[in-house]
Order: sequence, then structure tokens, then C-alpha cells
Amino acid sequence: MNLYTAPSSEPAGQMVERIDVKSAHPPKKAGEPLYEKRKKIFPKRAEGQFRRFKWLVMLVTLGIYYLTPWIRWDRGPFAPDQAVLVDLATRRFYFFFIEIWPQEFFFVAGLLVMAGFGLFLVTSAVGRAWCGYTCPQTVWVDLFLAVERFFEGDRNARIKLDAAPWTFDKIGKRIAKHFTWIVIAVATGGAWIFYFADAPSLAFDFITGNAAPVAYSTVAILTATTYVLGGLMREQVCIYMCPWPRIQAAMLDENSLVVTYNDWRGEPRTRGAKKAAAAGLPVGDCVDCNACVAVCPMGIDIRDGQQLACITCALCIDACDGVMDKIGKPRGLIAYATLNEYDANMALATNGGATTIDPARVRNPDGSFVDKVRHFDWKIILRPRTLLYFGVWTAVGLGLIYALLSRDRLEINVLHDRNPQFVLESDGSIRNGYTVRLLNMIPEPRTILISMDGLPEATMKITGVSDVPGRLFAVQAEPDKALALKVFVTLPKDAISDEAKDFHFIAEDRSSHEKDDHGAVFNAPEGRHSGGRK
Amino acid sequence: MADKHIDDLSGVETTGHEWDGIRELNNPLPRWWLWTFYGTILWALVYTVLYPAWPMLTDATKGVLGYSSRAELAADVGAAKAAQGVVLEKISSSSLEDILADPQLSQFATAGGAAAFRVNCTPCHGTGAAGGQGYPNLNDDEWLWGGDVNAIYQTISHGIRDTVDPETRISEMPVFADMLQPEEIRQVAAYIISLTSAPQDPSLIDAGKQVFADNCVSCHGENAEGNRELGAPNLADAIWLKASTEAEIAAQVRSPKHGVMPAWTGRLGDTAVKQLAVYIHSLGGGE
Repeated sequence: MNLYTAPSSEPAGQMVERIDVKSAHPPKKAGEPLYEKRKKIFPKRAEGQFRRFKWLVMLVTLGIYYLTPWIRWDRGPFAPDQAVLVDLATRRFYFFFIEIWPQEFFFVAGLLVMAGFGLFLVTSAVGRAWCGYTCPQTVWVDLFLAVERFFEGDRNARIKLDAAPWTFDKIGKRIAKHFTWIVIAVATGGAWIFYFADAPSLAFDFITGNAAPVAYSTVAILTATTYVLGGLMREQVCIYMCPWPRIQAAMLDENSLVVTYNDWRGEPRTRGAKKAAAAGLPVGDCVDCNACVAVCPMGIDIRDGQQLACITCALCIDACDGVMDKIGKPRGLIAYATLNEYDANMALATNGGATTIDPARVRNPDGSFVDKVRHFDWKIILRPRTLLYFGVWTAVGLGLIYALLSRDRLEINVLHDRNPQFVLESDGSIRNGYTVRLLNMIPEPRTILISMDGLPEATMKITGVSDVPGRLFAVQAEPDKALALKVFVTLPKDAISDEAKDFHFIAEDRSSHEKDDHGAVFNAPEGRHSGGRK
Repeated sequence: MADKHIDDLSGVETTGHEWDGIRELNNPLPRWWLWTFYGTILWALVYTVLYPAWPMLTDATKGVLGYSSRAELAADVGAAKAAQGVVLEKISSSSLEDILADPQLSQFATAGGAAAFRVNCTPCHGTGAAGGQGYPNLNDDEWLWGGDVNAIYQTISHGIRDTVDPETRISEMPVFADMLQPEEIRQVAAYIISLTSAPQDPSLIDAGKQVFADNCVSCHGENAEGNRELGAPNLADAIWLKASTEAEIAAQVRSPKHGVMPAWTGRLGDTAVKQLAVYIHSLGGGE
């Protein structure tokens, strides 16, 4: 029997099956030990709008993860053609049209800051949406559960199989399940390494046994973690290993949307509502069918209230909405709600806490809600806290875009020789040595002009470029490489007027009109400028 | 256990230990922790069998894999040497001009020469090869015995005034205190200083020029420009090695001091000396 997707045209009041399931993480009583033995969870399949949304999220996130390394992007003959590539060997990071050098790693740091503030923003607005929909742990567990259902059936079949003796049938199903899990885990680990090398050639090397040992060990480690965390440990990871459930407490406030059991309309939960109503007892909307518990991948009972183990995947909302449709009650007994909204409605239902929950206080005789019942107002998402998070997030994003658009693709760095600081030549002139680094940060060879600004009498020589002194030299820069040049600058005896003089080295690409300069100091011995030796 | 005691408040079994009425709860360690712990013990056992581990009286157990960190180091050093060997072989068989013309070879030789310089040459010439009084600055363009790469190689290879090497560069300036009057020495010092700046007593210059012409030109040249064949320094330029003031010049004329550099080929080998020559030549004054 399909419980949850009853067409709305079906008559109300249809019988709802009650599922025998209890929370795997019931609230602790005072003095009860904190140690909790793991209870097996057999999540039932849920159907509904959130389940459909989760399938979509899974499709998109896994699609991005597995397929991204295979996207090609032509950068010409001097750079790899992989759209997203972390090239550790040559220390370059490629992302479509962006190429990042190690010193530009702040772009990645900026993205991480944005990810952090984005997480704050989403959490303060819609609770643990990250945990419930996009966290890799959630997505892979969801995928592994789908595999489990495919081989072993839904909840009841799995419980039966788990309790059954080890027949050939059971062994076969288990082997098929674990084998599929491991295949997925290998594919997961395998996809990771493709981000760090040319995917097609690495795939070929990997299969033929010619890839680097680190590729195999990385795949092995990620296979193990995927299989163990996603297949075996599942909800234990979220509850005991992940720090985020602890941190989120600081992110949530009374205006954050969280998955909430609205006990102001659900309680008192009643089986056999008609009989109870006829007896004149108060009857809440909850029929205590436990469908919300059965579908929960964490094994909790959302009716116990907000709890650390809840990842807000919203599958209980789907389950409950299906039941509400079936019995002809409005949806939303379990729904996304803010604490403020919930508190206001609870106060209404309990007369400000004076009585137990009385359904009559929130309902008109015809079953509709009274006007005083608060409903969710989208405007609450726009509040100072979320606006601040959004502001910071946007500012960092705009800053990164500005930095990206204004960054130099031609850079010059200058290091003055420290030992010796200067050299006295036989004709009395003074020579300083510099190591000049030219960074040609585009994957094309170019001709760079190096010149001096300042010290008008000085001349320079560049080792390997020209032995004839001059003030302007053309240097061939290899594509996407740094070029170190040894430059000697000589100042004639008559022009030496100070112990230290500032000037600039200028690098220029005339064809692209790019220009960069770097300050340098020309040192002369003490007293040399006074005209005689000491 | 016979009397299994359950703590009332927590509902947890106790260990049976009791001190003054205080009992110890028996909360077992998490399974995963225990298995990890057993795993590390197993790991340690396997490790001590495979690798050197247990100390004995004079030695330690070798381990069945026969691993040793010294052997690993030796292998790494051997591999690095083998990798360098190809280039070193090329340097050894190439002429210095060819090395300079090949950017890869000259880069390797410069780096190797710099390393050899740090170890062998810095005590006299300084870490930056800038020398000091009596020890030549190798960065500048004044060379006593020649500044092209072959001359530098010759100098390093055989040394200067080396007591053993028969091909060493050798020349000695006579002790002029035995030949000239003190007044003449003062005059010639004034003349030498006048070539680049002003002497204390300009009236001595003319007499000094005569003394110079009679005694010094054979080595230092008519214009005091020096002679690299003899290692005689140029006295008309801005660079002074042993003396720079008038009094110091007079002292050097009276009783000259001579620098000594050992021959290095016997100690470092020809390939290292070649690399040193390339390095010195790259410092900026090379010709």
C-alpha cells in the first residue's frame, strides 16, 4: 500500500497504517547514562516535494563532482586543456578561464570565506539546509540507501532480511549491496584524483597500472572513507563526528526556519480520532502513525522537538503531508517553521502555558485554523542578521571579482644583492647587483621590455641577454613561467651623490600594453660621494 | 561476578571496587576505540618484526625486511649523485667557453661553484666574494692575473705563490727599503697617490715620478697600469688591495706584503675548479 501520495480526490478519513517504530535517539532522562548503543535504522522510502527536491540536488551535486574533471577548455598549446585542474606539480590552479598562481591563492581563501558566510547565511535563514540537502555525507548516504532499497527492498523487507538467517538469498543480496557500494566508493575516490591531473590520461594510466602510487593510495583512502562513512556509519557520522551540529547552535535564532512538529495542532495525538471525538475528548491532528519516524534517515522522532541529530532533510514533512492528505487535514503538521511562530501558536493553544494543548483554541468548529494562528512570513528572512551575512558575503564576492578583473598577468619582482651591497669598479664607478624575476602569467610566450626609471646616468647589463650596457632590453619570457634575471646596474663615479638612491625597474609588454614596475635601491659606499677615498 | 551491583542513580553496573562507600561505575570504552587500540598493538607487533626495533646489548634487532635509515640515505645520496653525474661528466669534458655558452651547463656550474665557494673560499674572500684588505674582491673588474674564465680557472687551479704546485702563479715585489732612500719612498708614494687623488705634499710628485720611472715601470708599466703576466696591480685605478693611503703605500714599497692562495685542483678536482671558475666569472666582473 502506498501511504503517502494519495491523490487529493480520495475520500478523507481513510485508514492510516500505524508503523511500529521508536526514535533511535530518545531524549535522555535525568541521571541516564550518556552512552548510547547504536540502534539499527531502516529508513522507509519517502515521497513528496522535498524528496523530489533532494533527488534533484543529488543529481546536480554528484553530477558536478563526477563530471567536472572531464570538461575540456582550450587554453592554447602551452597550458592544459582541462577546465578545472589543480596542477600541484607546476603549482597552477586552472578554473575555466581563470588561472591562479600560488601567490594568488587568496582567491581560494576568499572563496572559502564566502563559503563560510554563505553557510552562516543559509543556516540563519533556513536552518541546517546544508546538512539536509547538500552535505556530501547526506548525499552519499542517500545514494547508498537507494542502493540498499534496490537490492533489499523497503523498510519492512530490510528488517525481515536483517533478522533472517544467513540463507543464500540473504548472502546474495548483501554481497550485491556491498559490491555496489564499493563500486560507488571507488568511483568517488577515482573522481577526486582527476582534479589533480589530466583526467583522460590519468584514467588510462590508472587502469593500466601506470599511475603514480599516490593516485592509488588516494583512491584507496577515499574508497575506504566513502564506504565506511556513507555505507556503514551513516547517521553516526553526523551525530558524533561532525562539528557542524555543535557550531550551528550559534547560527540559529528564533527566526530561523527549522523542521518543526507543530504540536499546538498535533496534540493530543490520537489513534481512533473519530471514537475519541465522539467521546468528547480533545483530538489533535497527529494520528500517531509514526510515518515521520519511519522515514527519518537519522532515526529520530521529530515530535520530541528540535534536536542535535536532526539534519533537517524534511523527509518527515513529506511523510506527514502524505498522511494529512489521506485523512483530509491541512498539510504542515510537520513543517518548516520558526521558533517565534511556533511559540506564538503554542501560547495560543495553551492559553499562554496555563493549560495543556487544547485543539479547540486554534481551530474553528469547521476544522479551519483561527485567524490568530501565525503562519510563516517570508519577510522574516530579511532581518539584520541575514542581511549582515549577505552583505559580508557580497562584499567578499565583489572584492574577489574586482581583484580578478584588475590583477596583473605580467609582474616584476626585484631582489637587491645583499652580499656585497655594492661593488667598486676600477674606474671608480659603483655597481649594484639585482635578481629580477619576471612573471609571465599567461600561457603564451612574449617579449618583455625591461627598463629603468630613475638614475638617469646609470646603465645596466643583464647576464645572458646582453653584455653591452644599456637602459632598455628585450627579454623572451616563456609561457606561464617565472624568469629569473641577473641584472647589474652601474653608476659612473661623477653621478654618485648619495649612499642610497631609489629607482624603479619596469617590465612592459608593448603588444598587450601591460606594464608593471618594482622599486629598487641603489647603494653606494659611505663617503664615496664626497669625491675622494677616505 | 557473584554480587552484580547496579548503581541506582545512573543504572550502570559498577566494577565491584569500593572505597569508603564510593563505587566505580563500569562504563566500557567505545568498541571502535578498543578495536583501534588492539589494532595499534597488532601493528606494533608486526612492525617490530619487520623493522629494526628491539635494543640488544650492543645492537638492535635488524627486522626481517632488512631496512635501515642509513642505507636509505646512502641510496638517496647515490641517486642524487647519479643524477648529477650526467651533467658533471659533461662539465668535465667541455671547455670553459662551451660551458658558458650552454645556459643549462653554466647554470648548473654556477650553482655547483657557489656551493664549493661557500665551503672552501669564504674564509679569505668572504661569503659574498667581496674580499677585504689583502684579499681580492672577486666581484669587481680588476684582476691581478686576468679576468677571463680561463685565467680565473688557471688561478684557482694552481694557486698563487703555492709552495708545492710548480705551475703556480708567482711574482714578488722587491723590498725597496734596501734600494731606495726613505725620502725617495715618500716621493714615489706621493706620485702614486696623485694618479687618482691629491697627495699631502704635491711638491713631491715630480721627484716621485722619476723614482717610479727608474724602479717600478718594468713591472707596473709606464702609466702604472699594471701587468697581468706578473700579477702587478694597476696603480692608476680606484681599487686598492693592500694599501690605499699614502702611508700604507709607502709601507708597501718599503717592505711588500704578498698574498698566497693554495692550488685547488689537487683538493677539489678539476670539475669542481671548473665550476668555481664559472661561478667567479658570473659575479659581475668576468671578462
